[in-house]
Amino acid sequence: MSRKILEVRGLSRIHGKGCPLCTQHTGPEFDTNICPFCGSVVAAHDINFDLYRGEILGIIGESGSGKSSTVKMLYFDDAPTSGQATFFDGAEQHDLFSLNAAQQRSMRNKRFGMVYQNPHMGLNFQISAGGNIAERLLMSDLKHYAEIRRRAGELLSRTEVSLARMDQNPKTFSGGMQQRVQIAKALATRPPLLFLDEVTTGLDLSVQAAILDLILEIQNELDTAMIVVTHDLGVIRLLAGRTLVMKHGRVIESGLTDQILEDPQHAYTQRLVASAL
Amino acid sequence: MTQAILTIEDYAKTFHLHERNKDIPSTSGVNLSVYPGRLTALIGPTGAGKSSVLKGIYRTYLPSSGRILFRTKAGNIIDLAKACEHQILELRKQEIGFVTQFLYCLPRKSAIDVVAEPLFARGVDSHEARGRAEKLLAQLAVPSHLWNVPPATFSGGEKQRVNLARGLIAQPRLLLLDEPTASLDPATTERVIKHIQSLKETGIAMLAIFHHPDLVRRLADEVVELSPPIAVTELSKD
Repeated sequence: MSRKILEVRGLSRIHGKGCPLCTQHTGPEFDTNICPFCGSVVAAHDINFDLYRGEILGIIGESGSGKSSTVKMLYFDDAPTSGQATFFDGAEQHDLFSLNAAQQRSMRNKRFGMVYQNPHMGLNFQISAGGNIAERLLMSDLKHYAEIRRRAGELLSRTEVSLARMDQNPKTFSGGMQQRVQIAKALATRPPLLFLDEVTTGLDLSVQAAILDLILEIQNELDTAMIVVTHDLGVIRLLAGRTLVMKHGRVIESGLTDQILEDPQHAYTQRLVASAL
Repeated sequence: MTQAILTIEDYAKTFHLHERNKDIPSTSGVNLSVYPGRLTALIGPTGAGKSSVLKGIYRTYLPSSGRILFRTKAGNIIDLAKACEHQILELRKQEIGFVTQFLYCLPRKSAIDVVAEPLFARGVDSHEARGRAEKLLAQLAVPSHLWNVPPATFSGGEKQRVNLARGLIAQPRLLLLDEPTASLDPATTERVIKHIQSLKETGIAMLAIFHHPDLVRRLADEVVELSPPIAVTELSKD
């Protein structure tokens, strides 16, 4: 059986009405992703990659490079202008962008997980930490109260959130703990595919290290495939086996992470690596 | 002699620096073979490209030209210079190990878990993996009170031994060693020499760079000497 879990081909997203010249006059060589003719923003253009089971793929690039846009489309937070993504789920195969709204919701709730940079996007601050996890478990068809509570407790323990805080509102938590609750929530359905969008950005260094450690432990334990979006070379060095480098909506370089860091080929990647060391 | 596990034909590596529009040759014209149960030593002055050869094999560097032919456990020949990334990742997990001079690991992980990690990745039972890690750390004289502590606070020599143990534990078919004894005291170096000798007896093929000529004399079955490549090429702006 192939270990491929996700295949992305020609994925593109243009914000604005677009014109035939948009993709020809934007990109790294034009140093912009804004079309000079129609003003549309080429957020992502012709993104191609494969992801294998249990693999962590890093996507690195500066703000506006299209890394979050790419992940948002795959998680159905945004719709692509063109392109295909195929999700291989056991014996089943799903063309993600042909799914109807209900099927997409089901995919998000049961088979995918997302951890956002901003906990406000991933957590419901009207309810408790345990309630947040219960919400996701309910959406994945778990109905029994005691079972939901037991599983929520288990997930919070696994992500090192004290059980004493299970019934407290996450808005009273520190940034690092909010990220842990988000991770617990995302893992509630044991998804085979997890998206992590700048999950350690803005956290203290010691908290960052603990979150990265947790992510890697989970990947080892559950064999979860992950796409990690970050602008931090240290994060991909520790987490990702392979990395895509994005700029102005394009993948300008891809390779093994240690190769990207030690033998970058593209001028932009060379500058990025040189400025980080 | 048995068949080579690794054969390098005319390997060259040149770095192109876009910002300065320069080509910097690292090494060229490298030809060598590595055999099961034998150790090939790379020697040559600083800047001759010894590490560049090891990194080219491990694909940390993208080779500029040449072939790096690896015979897999299944008997297939794979050109590592051109193999796809997933194939390289799988070979790193199962067949090719690299002990570099630096230890990169997660800050909270204990020394035992850092060492056992390659076995976890292969799906070895965690109890067994940790047991093997303890045995190896003891063999390399890492004090037992450090085993459950993250290596971040260790001395250079202790980190190097943890790094070495991590590289050796999974017993890859091909082991690349980049100055594995560089920051070790004479007594520990002696332990490492004994360990490398015992690895040879188990049939592991090794390609190594050693800091000290005495180690080459004692451990190498084959010696390949590299010369520094020609000077940096300034490219025209056109």
